[in-house]
Amino acid sequence: MTNQITQVVLKNGLKVMLKEIHTAPIISSWVWYRVGSKDETTGKTGISHWVEHMQFKGTKKFPAGLLDKAISREGGSWNAFTFLDWTTYFETMPADKIDLALRLEADRMKNSLFNEEEVASERTVIISEREGHENEPMFRLGEAIQQTAFRVHPYHHEVIGDMADLHTITREDLYRHYRTYYVPNNAVMAVAGDFETKSMLKRIKELFEKIPAGKPVPRLKRVEPEQAGEVKLSVEGPGETTYLQVSYRFPNATHKDFFSLAVLDSLLAGASNLNMFGGGISHKTSRLYRALVDKEFAVSISGGATVTIDPFVYSFNLTVHPNRTPEETLAALDAELKKIQEELASPEEIARAIKQARAIFAYGSENITNQAFWMGFAEMFATYDWFITYLNKLAKVTPQEIQRVALKYFQPKSRVVGTYIPTSKEA
Amino acid sequence: MARNHPKNSLPGLKDIFRGTLPNGITVLARSNFNSPSISINGYIPAGALFESDDKLGLADFVSSSLMRGTQTYTFDGLYNELESVGASMGFDSGVHNTNFGGRSLAEDLPLLLKLLSDSLRTPTFPAHEIEKLRSQLLTGLGIRAQDTSDMAALKFDQLLYEGHPYSRPGDGFVETIQAITRDDLEQFHRLHFGPRGMVIAIVGAIDPKKAFDAVGRVLGDWQVEGQVEAPVLPPLKPIQETVKSHHPLAGKSQSDIIMGVMGPRRNDDDYYAASLANSVLGQFGMMGRIGEVVREKSGLAYYAYSSLSAGMGPGSWEVSAGVNPKNVKKTIDLITKELKRFIKDGVTKEELADSQANYIGRLPLSFESNGGVAGSLINMERYGLGLDFYQRYEDIIRNVSRADVVEAARKYIDPDALVIATSGP
Repeated sequence: MTNQITQVVLKNGLKVMLKEIHTAPIISSWVWYRVGSKDETTGKTGISHWVEHMQFKGTKKFPAGLLDKAISREGGSWNAFTFLDWTTYFETMPADKIDLALRLEADRMKNSLFNEEEVASERTVIISEREGHENEPMFRLGEAIQQTAFRVHPYHHEVIGDMADLHTITREDLYRHYRTYYVPNNAVMAVAGDFETKSMLKRIKELFEKIPAGKPVPRLKRVEPEQAGEVKLSVEGPGETTYLQVSYRFPNATHKDFFSLAVLDSLLAGASNLNMFGGGISHKTSRLYRALVDKEFAVSISGGATVTIDPFVYSFNLTVHPNRTPEETLAALDAELKKIQEELASPEEIARAIKQARAIFAYGSENITNQAFWMGFAEMFATYDWFITYLNKLAKVTPQEIQRVALKYFQPKSRVVGTYIPTSKEA
Repeated sequence: MARNHPKNSLPGLKDIFRGTLPNGITVLARSNFNSPSISINGYIPAGALFESDDKLGLADFVSSSLMRGTQTYTFDGLYNELESVGASMGFDSGVHNTNFGGRSLAEDLPLLLKLLSDSLRTPTFPAHEIEKLRSQLLTGLGIRAQDTSDMAALKFDQLLYEGHPYSRPGDGFVETIQAITRDDLEQFHRLHFGPRGMVIAIVGAIDPKKAFDAVGRVLGDWQVEGQVEAPVLPPLKPIQETVKSHHPLAGKSQSDIIMGVMGPRRNDDDYYAASLANSVLGQFGMMGRIGEVVREKSGLAYYAYSSLSAGMGPGSWEVSAGVNPKNVKKTIDLITKELKRFIKDGVTKEELADSQANYIGRLPLSFESNGGVAGSLINMERYGLGLDFYQRYEDIIRNVSRADVVEAARKYIDPDALVIATSGP
């Protein structure tokens, strides 16, 4: 796989990233906007995600309902995602049909209607989406931890938003949010696949360069103060299974400690899979699996960092073994963290983590959609360089570095421990 | 501006290798040197069909045990080999088969195949690992018991396939998982695991003939005396009138609905007509007509769609939706009305053309990854579709007429004889 790409900034500020891949007759096109739940104030939580839904509700040129059909008819696949820091839309199409996707994205960058009736019907759809999330114990627990970990910084609420706001956000709120953030100077376009760069760039310019630049977008700048001591919380709900989530404050993706922490994550919980499409691997020989699942403190364990613009959290998620208390399971986790803080990891263990990361990257590169994803994704919190130098940066991590970051970040005083207590469990 | 032509990229006679080892194992392989990785996929005919009612979940338990210790490796030792090179492998079971899949960098294929062979041929079912696994399976059942969508699906299958092996949950029940002994696991493996009927597909950065030889080296000498044939399935009882079942789950904010009928077998003549009918009904665009009425027009659900699962035996043709508990009846009525309209009026010329275009156009996308290709090769073999299936595919789809579609819809869907399963508060 080659990492050669073309990067151009159009006159209106839209950044365009192109990567030719001629392995299959497919093109994947992504438009990324630098807007997410971190751009939302109290009273308007969930608005970025709702705007994303409204982007499927039509423009004059592509009325509601026609969009889905037009893409499906050509055999394309499309979707959109809203996250803490960004919102993205993609279409993967047979190569000779990509023009439809380009025209559609250019049109809805500016011309979405936000029809009042569509807003009303989407309100209940999103409320239903949230109700579906609330059925899941881990959602309830995760939400409680997030709002505890972030009191000041807008990472404090879930992307889906609070129910109170889903009932009160208006059409005007949504449209204003759309017009404020959906401007070419706040967007990145990433296209990968079976095309010639010159003609693709020409077509993108024709369609997108006429969209006027908007004002610089506003940002909330509220830094979370340092946490002063461990916080513990519990959430009760239906079920017979106890869950534990332990979240530590973590640096953002461009912080110098991030790569050492990525190796540490791999050692503790197994290599994280950052691909959106195309696979991770099992984690049955990670330190924590051996110490917690093999020893029957937990039925499952996973860990992972979220790649973000501002510092977020690293979370361990554990399903507590039915014969254990959550306190016993937490103590077993702590013992394992202590071990990596006190004893140096071996170079072999680090080499293993790097080979795992290399394999995961190879799996991700089978897929053109995933290669296009990476260009824009990396651009949201860093640059494409972050992605292409990832393996080299991991290779430079030393046992001493791992010990240093383990001591620095995995301290009880900077964590939130949450327990989901099932109310249906028989005594 | 594209350099590749879609038709040339589809797997076919020119680039799929198919060979059979003397012991009966079928090997399919196709190269893809665009990424340094490979995927494997396959099955052996040892599924839940062989289970007795009091040991439900046995096939699943066996498939979960295969990598928990072999004559050469401990559980940790086996996974250590695998994970140290960033590879992965796993087994699961369905009604008819035990399935496996794996992936690795191409350089590690020999290791992956050796671990596959060890797990299939010489699992040792260590007692302490079996007990650990049992408590994980039981926790899984505890989580299932609280999941509205899982419980609606479980009730749906029980009603639709009453008295038939298809009615039984593959992961069993608490009592049956508790009743399974180590001897049961060992015996199931001894009687049902063997090379006869085994199929394996390998796709990725390897020459197909070399892949075939590599399988031969590790599995070519596998011989099993008396590998038991699958029992003949009992006939299915048709549903005569609408039946309903509700599984109560207190404290949930959303209820799940699954309602539907029995559909065709994968190899039935009207399979493609039914499949295209299903696309119009609840797939195409934003979840077809079902999505249109339940989500887009009424705003009742985030997800509402239909699906058709056709396999060796009759699959189910079902509509699923997740809604607020107070909207359950309203949604069921809406879907029933839509089903009535569907079998009365059929599909429009445009709707059929749209779904046909979608089926044909999306093929290159489904072959984006090695895993996608391997899965397709396995289906071609399982249902005897022929290695030229994707070259014939466009004609097969284009030849389905509106009359075929409405006929299939009317044959399978009777809005007065539906199975309706719900779970929620």
